[in-house]
Amino acid sequence: MNLTLKVWRQKNAKEAGNLVSYKVQDISEDMSFLEMFDVLNEQLINKGEEPIAFDHDCREGICGMCSMFINGQPHGPLRGVTTCQLHMRSFKDGDTIVVEPWRAKAFPVVKDLVVDRSSFDRIIASGGFISVNAGNAQDANNIPIPKPDADKAFDAAACIGCGACVATCKNSSAMLFVSAKVSQLALLPQGKIEASARVMEMVAQMDKEGFGNCSNTGACEIECPKGISLENIARMNREFYVAKLK
Amino acid sequence: MSKIDSKIPEGQLEEKWSKYKSTVPLVNPANKRSIEIIVVGSGLAGASAASTLAELGYKVKCFCFQDSPRRAHSIAAQGGINAAKNYQNDGDSTFRLFYDTVKGGDYRAREANVYRLAEVSSNIIDQCVAQGVPLAREYGGLLSNRSFGGTQVQRTFYAAGQTGQQLLLGAYSALERQIGLGNVQMFSRHEMLEVVKIDGKARGIIARDLISGKLERHFGHAVLICSGGYGNVFYLSTNAMGSNATAAWKAHKQGAFFGNPCFTQIHPTCIPVSGDHQSKLTLMSESLRNDGRIWVPKQKDDKRKGNEIPEEERDYYLERRYPAFGNLVPRDVASRAAKERCDAGFGVGASKMAVYLDFAAAIERYGKQQILKLGIDNASAAEIRKHGMDVVKEKYGNLFDMYKQITGENPYDMPMRIYPAVHYTMGGLWVDYNLMTSVPGLYALGEANFSDHGANRLGASALMQGLADGYFVIPYTIGAYLSAEIRVKAIPTDHEAFVAAEKKVQDTITKFFAIKGTHSVDHFHKKLGKIMWDKCGMARNEKGLKEAIQEIRQLREEFWKDVRVTGGPDELNPELEKAGRVADFLELGELMCIDALQRNESCGGHFREESQTEDGEAKRDDNKYAFVAAWEFKETGSFELHKEELNFDVVHPSQRSYK
Ligand SMILES: Cc1cc2nc3c(=O)[nH]c(=O)nc-3n(C[C@H](O)[C@H](O)[C@H](O)COP(=O)(O)OP(=O)(O)OC[C@H]3O[C@@H](n4cnc5c(N)ncnc54)[C@H](O)[C@@H]3O)c2cc1C
Ligand code: SF4
Ligand code: FES
Repeated sequence: MNLTLKVWRQKNAKEAGNLVSYKVQDISEDMSFLEMFDVLNEQLINKGEEPIAFDHDCREGICGMCSMFINGQPHGPLRGVTTCQLHMRSFKDGDTIVVEPWRAKAFPVVKDLVVDRSSFDRIIASGGFISVNAGNAQDANNIPIPKPDADKAFDAAACIGCGACVATCKNSSAMLFVSAKVSQLALLPQGKIEASARVMEMVAQMDKEGFGNCSNTGACEIECPKGISLENIARMNREFYVAKLK
Repeated sequence: MSKIDSKIPEGQLEEKWSKYKSTVPLVNPANKRSIEIIVVGSGLAGASAASTLAELGYKVKCFCFQDSPRRAHSIAAQGGINAAKNYQNDGDSTFRLFYDTVKGGDYRAREANVYRLAEVSSNIIDQCVAQGVPLAREYGGLLSNRSFGGTQVQRTFYAAGQTGQQLLLGAYSALERQIGLGNVQMFSRHEMLEVVKIDGKARGIIARDLISGKLERHFGHAVLICSGGYGNVFYLSTNAMGSNATAAWKAHKQGAFFGNPCFTQIHPTCIPVSGDHQSKLTLMSESLRNDGRIWVPKQKDDKRKGNEIPEEERDYYLERRYPAFGNLVPRDVASRAAKERCDAGFGVGASKMAVYLDFAAAIERYGKQQILKLGIDNASAAEIRKHGMDVVKEKYGNLFDMYKQITGENPYDMPMRIYPAVHYTMGGLWVDYNLMTSVPGLYALGEANFSDHGANRLGASALMQGLADGYFVIPYTIGAYLSAEIRVKAIPTDHEAFVAAEKKVQDTITKFFAIKGTHSVDHFHKKLGKIMWDKCGMARNEKGLKEAIQEIRQLREEFWKDVRVTGGPDELNPELEKAGRVADFLELGELMCIDALQRNESCGGHFREESQTEDGEAKRDDNKYAFVAAWEFKETGSFELHKEELNFDVVHPSQRSYK
């Protein structure tokens, strides 16, 4: 198939950017969206132009690095997939596709489609852990954990830190991401000890990074490639109020 | 005297590590605070080492090229992690895990290291659970296990099909905690491009800030290379796009020997290549072989669809050749058998380079079980199928979805097409018992070292090794070196060695832009990959390897004359990053072929066509090749071989047989 792409080009964080049109030909429907970008970049290189910078690494939907805002949706039209797992089957000959970076105050653009998501790391550093040094742990089976709790913790822990939830939110809120980590740890006996301090610290850091407030639109849950549920936000709110009352 | 000293402690196998731990020199807490350690990599090995060393009080700097340490390629591991917990009461023990690993590695690993690995494996699970890693559990609340890779015990711990992700996020949270406490300084989007040596010892690195393009100098009393494997030499592999050999290769060129470079693992169950556009290959977890049956049509060039070929016209070649293990033979055996069938013209799919992995029988078997369980009488075939599909979905749903996403085919109706792909590299920087390379103060951990897996890694053992190295081995063994370094003050980075190293990196970057050639970096990478796959892949022979060496040399020459690197040095420039990595692959690929040529025996993943039994199985030659090949870099294209003899005091080598 032949396609027209309108891609955000921006030299660096300081300069202004704009959408630039490109044409690609003979795109196979078995290609992934990123492989289509490889074809475009090879074209640009052969013409002596600078290829488009975009983030990617594993290309199997697990590292959370890829991050394209495609036709107004993070990771494109399909539910439950990352950009690297989106295949050209989802498009048809003659389509025009607009591709932009994540947009949020806390995710400044670095270049073209690449943004800086280090704010997520700083939120984890503020409390997204259990304080246990290597070498001190007791036998892993000493504390049984009810399977439903363990399963729920796992579902929350499946977050890949991609930031699609922030990108899609009109308030650029990071509630889904933060609540996934808060929930995972709050559901496990090992994590309960620090639960109150954790939620307070992480929420404070989230605010400091410039993420917006949550107004319960639920867009994040719809766009999350890993199906992280809004239940986590409810659980985090509970944890937060409990902590505040302490 | 040989240049190789593996520093294996004296004593009985079972006592070596505990005796070592209680006698190794220590660094006192006050001194730790003034000792700086550089960790290159934030995967399981790097993140666990960096966080643990920081917990102990050292000052740590950690580097990764992704935008966050959480994205290291360990994140992609699916199947699980082994540990000799014996929670299932099925006869597992430290000794059994040790034995399986030495045997699985086809007797090309060091006994003492493997025993230590098996010993600390249990602590890893304890540590991860304490960190909040949500490993799979049973209804009683205890941890669940599965069998993996054909072992006879259930010792694999897992978190659905995302074990690597969960373990890495555990290590990452420990790392972030230390970053928050100010004990680790994290340098994301930084690429290490040179090791700095002063008076023969590793004293730092040169790294490029990938956003600004600036070169930085970093001092460390010791440097740990935890940069992962080099499977991307083949261009197509299951590794992430950015996985590379640069850090390890720079260390090699600074004097660290490279161990067993030709030992690569080709995983049997991956989604086959669909066209020239393909950028990477996707693994379908080994666990699928627990239920799927592998076959090809009996008739060559059969044009019918997989589900239209009747039972009696199918060749279940693994079950036919290896009745004892069937579809569960080790990876190297399964991969070669698939290649053999495809080369003989029985392959399926458009490319004819694929075999079927079929769940129809499993769906029926599970369906019947369910019907019995639910007490349904006179169930129709459709009902049985439906119930069977539900069971298969629960076990493998995420993998089936992934397959459908990539191929556009529904694996519940149509057998999956699979083909082997490059997956893991057993070779890597040679290290002694302390994990130190042949350069004092320079260490290698995780997949980057030549590892405990010999010539073939067993499933679920890489995660175990990465975390063992980082959480439980290096924190002790590094003391042996650092306790003698406490008087060394931080060396200012205007030292001439730093200046010279930075200049070397700068010169290479300048050279890339000066070439202004006509072909992209990927063009060369793909060509290298094809040479490696054809001539140093699943089967190797003298003629092919000799040709490959010549072809790679020529390709390297062309690369340095004709590569086109767009953009500039002072900006985020993925093309420049790739150019540096491919330049190193072009040197490493040659060494892999040289090593494969030298090793005229078949063992594990290394199959020399000259060395096979009458029925086409791999034939080892213990008289001549029971050694680790440790290569010393002389100059580009020239290496000297050192041999570390392997002694088997406990496990006596026998020919592996899965018939
Ligand atoms: C698809 C897949 C599935 C797997 N499944 C399993 C499994 O089920 N069980 C199992 O045991 N094993 C599995 N493995 C193998 C296992 O995942 C890896 O061997 C292991 O995770 C490697 O960990 P590591 O820490 O050594 O390296 P990695 O996780 O690859 O980390 C490398 C780190 O080094 C950094 N780095 C590299 N070069 C540089 C540089 N020059 N400068 C700065 N930083 C650098 C990277 O940024 C990264 O942080 C699987 C592998 C793959 C590919
Ligand atoms: S919650 Fe979902 S969308 Fe948000 S970072 Fe995690 S995986 Fe991405
Ligand atoms: S590239 Fe890793 S999730 Fe898309």
